[in-house]
Amino acid sequence: MNRPKLIDENGLRADGRRPDELRKIRMEVGVLEKTDGSAYIEVGGTKIYAGVIGPREVHPKHLELPDRGVINCRYHMASFSVDERKPLGMTRREIELSKVIREALETVVFLEEFPRMMVDIFVEVIQADGGTRTAGITAASLALADAGIPMADLIAATAVGKVEGQLVLDINELEDKYGEADMPVAMAPNLNSIVLLQLNGRMTVEEMFKGLEMAQEAIKKIHGLQTEALRNKYKVEPEGSEV
Amino acid sequence: MSLSGEKRGYAVKIMKNKIYELLKMGKRIDERTPEQFREVRVLTDVVAKADGSALVSVGKTKILTGIKVEVGTPFPDRPDEGVFTVNAELLPLASKTFEPGPPDERAIELSRVVDRCLREGQALDLQKLVLVEGQKVYMLYIDCYVLDYDGNYFDAAVLSAVAALMNCSVPVYKVVDGRVEQVPGEKFKLELRNIPVSVTMGLIKDKVVVDPLPAEEEVADTIVTVGYSSETVVAAIQKSAPGLLPVPMLREMVKLGLEQSIKLRSKLLEAVGDGQKQA
Repeated sequence: MNRPKLIDENGLRADGRRPDELRKIRMEVGVLEKTDGSAYIEVGGTKIYAGVIGPREVHPKHLELPDRGVINCRYHMASFSVDERKPLGMTRREIELSKVIREALETVVFLEEFPRMMVDIFVEVIQADGGTRTAGITAASLALADAGIPMADLIAATAVGKVEGQLVLDINELEDKYGEADMPVAMAPNLNSIVLLQLNGRMTVEEMFKGLEMAQEAIKKIHGLQTEALRNKYKVEPEGSEV
Repeated sequence: MSLSGEKRGYAVKIMKNKIYELLKMGKRIDERTPEQFREVRVLTDVVAKADGSALVSVGKTKILTGIKVEVGTPFPDRPDEGVFTVNAELLPLASKTFEPGPPDERAIELSRVVDRCLREGQALDLQKLVLVEGQKVYMLYIDCYVLDYDGNYFDAAVLSAVAALMNCSVPVYKVVDGRVEQVPGEKFKLELRNIPVSVTMGLIKDKVVVDPLPAEEEVADTIVTVGYSSETVVAAIQKSAPGLLPVPMLREMVKLGLEQSIKLRSKLLEAVGDGQKQA
């Protein structure tokens, strides 16, 4: 197999980043009309829309819970978001990711605030360049906040990978494909806790925790960007400022 | 009797307090210690028609894995490697909470976690499963069926998949004039490079329980499965339930899991190695 060089002699990665450097992140809140809350995120070449609908009545009815609300989540990739066209419908990977993303977000939502109701979270990946589940969580968390769903914290996420024996932050598609490990992490930074954790690949225990520290630092930064994106939507322009 | 809603909520709270009180004394509801695995039994070669099979029980959880080998085309980006796929089904006879029909998200998660443990744990040398590079390779279909569910299907499924691989006799094929033909009666044993095992742990407040029972899974603040491919390498992790997981608790879990994984691996080797009967 032809492996591209992932780290050069100066210790820089294929896209010129340092090992502990995030890609360029852009976030915007309130980008869709018909959802109750929405957000758009770009992390390098990864582009995702997230939309939240609810709380509304549970459908189908038998799934409702009398003491708390229900959260549903669908993580879905557009057929054209990847190199080789993704078949329509949900793949096994998408079903698994929908589950772990839902569980991550559900952790911080005050479900008891909306008994017998449900909230739907939709994550639509329109362009995939690695880190789609983590960027999806970051965006979905913003969409939940935008929808006014009561939460204990905003959730932010990134992945740490291992390429050519070295730990690198926020891996892209190339690094995921040819690297040795991929560890997506989502945290509630103000609660200092992990809400999503997966590892696909080989690391020693020490590397794993070193990687977690890198992720934790980055998540604080992403969390800062999230609050800024939320403030931007609700910023009040002083009167007469329009030209 | 089934409870619903608020009543169920209270029942869970009472159960959680009870379990936690016991844990503070180092005890559990089934009289194990917090870091203790239930008894593991391994029975291999239980299905004659399968190329490899194993019936593993962890306490009262029982999982049957069978392997069928076929010859097929490799993935275009991996022309020099054989192929394996893992499927898992939560059979409706295994629990009142499992329903018939196509695999739901829990079953899909289970199969993907087992797949990850085998793949990243590098159990197989896939390059040894090639007949004609880029054209014909051995394909292993590893199918796990949960027959009885009494908590922790992850670890039992990984154990049974690995045991079935160790038991697997692959029918030999050869290439004659560009055609692939089976050599009658000839088989070869798969050689495993690593013996991956996983350890699932529940976090109940500040206490960790290894190999949780359904009641412990229900009250746990969160559940984490860690796959170990050797005494030093972590190959897979899956946090498989909602809930907050503080980093120091994860540290404790990964360390505790590592100790248990070593015991579990030697138990498995002993069970499958020794004339393939009970552990």
